[in-house]
Amino acid sequence: MHLSVITSLTGLALLGCILELLRRHQLREKYAALWLAVGSAVVPLGLFPQMLDSLARGLGIMSGASLVLFAGIVLLLLVCLHLSWESSRLEEETRTLAEEIALIRAALDEQNRPAAVAAARRAEGGAG
Amino acid sequence: MTPGPDAGADTGRRRVLVIVPAWNEAEGLAAVLAELRAAVPAADVLVVDDGSTDRTAQTARAAGALVARLPYNLGVGGAMRTGYRYALDQGYDAAVQVDADGQHDPGYVPALLAALETADLVVGARFAGVGDYRVRGPRRWSMRLLSLVLSGMAGTRLTDSTSGFRACNRDMIAFFARWYPAEYLGDTVESMVGALRRGYQVRQVAVAMRPRTTGAPSQSPARALVYLARTALVLLLALTRRVPAPQRAEAAARVPEPAEAAGVAR
Repeated sequence: MHLSVITSLTGLALLGCILELLRRHQLREKYAALWLAVGSAVVPLGLFPQMLDSLARGLGIMSGASLVLFAGIVLLLLVCLHLSWESSRLEEETRTLAEEIALIRAALDEQNRPAAVAAARRAEGGAG
Repeated sequence: MTPGPDAGADTGRRRVLVIVPAWNEAEGLAAVLAELRAAVPAADVLVVDDGSTDRTAQTARAAGALVARLPYNLGVGGAMRTGYRYALDQGYDAAVQVDADGQHDPGYVPALLAALETADLVVGARFAGVGDYRVRGPRRWSMRLLSLVLSGMAGTRLTDSTSGFRACNRDMIAFFARWYPAEYLGDTVESMVGALRRGYQVRQVAVAMRPRTTGAPSQSPARALVYLARTALVLLLALTRRVPAPQRAEAAARVPEPAEAAGVAR
């Protein structure tokens, strides 16, 4: 029964981490739902690893452990894909913000242009 | 407050913005800006400082150009969309893109602008008989592949789709202000494919490119092969990705302006 001690402790630790992060407002709600579902699936499986054996055999998989590994890898791949998508979106958003900032700076420069040109000329003269 | 779009409209001439994307180009920039002033004195020049760490912005300002400073490096695509947004907001009639490294001869700008009469996007092309730019091996195959696909789409010869020397009319400015890819080759190949897929007229004008005054081109067979693979991938993505609907300048601009009278340009 050593196996179920390790798996159940891992499952409980994972659920604890998720709940603590949620409590501190460090996880956005959209991720919270996903991780809560993962946590609530992992804990009972950790306590009773043999739980999935019959389901696995029904699907033609030899043991419950193989089914859990397979499902886990698929889940991780999907999470990775989701993160790539999120970071692409964030990059596009920060790009737009950067462009807006550049345009706002240009408009500000335009307002006090004579002073800016004079300052630039002075700086150029000092550098050269 | 700002020199509104009507500032030059009453003269009956089209207002032209030259956009110069610049990343650490303080060395060559002053010469390029001086040449631009001589070639197209009536045009406004906007230098988009793409997160430079040198004196690019100061150099541009001292030369009398407008300057938009990006807070960090976005690549040519990001710099160009910034430029097109400025052109759209200020109601320019045409925009020209010129590199800051001295590769593009500002003397050709009037020729590009003249070609806008029959096209929405005009590209200054190196291989169309002017100048002596030669390439071999995989790099040449990349060029051939691009020119084959793009010429087929455009219905006219486009031999140099990676050229960053271009001119746009109002509708094209409105389109690029909204959508301008910032990824590898996005500013040249993908943006052109997008314009073609949305039915804009693209044509080329032969130009001679000069050796860059700063920086060095990369020339090794292995690199050229990688370049070929990346080109093919970019082309594939560009042909399949979604592209926003075409924009009309009248709908997109903040201050609408009557369309340019037919007789004025002659």
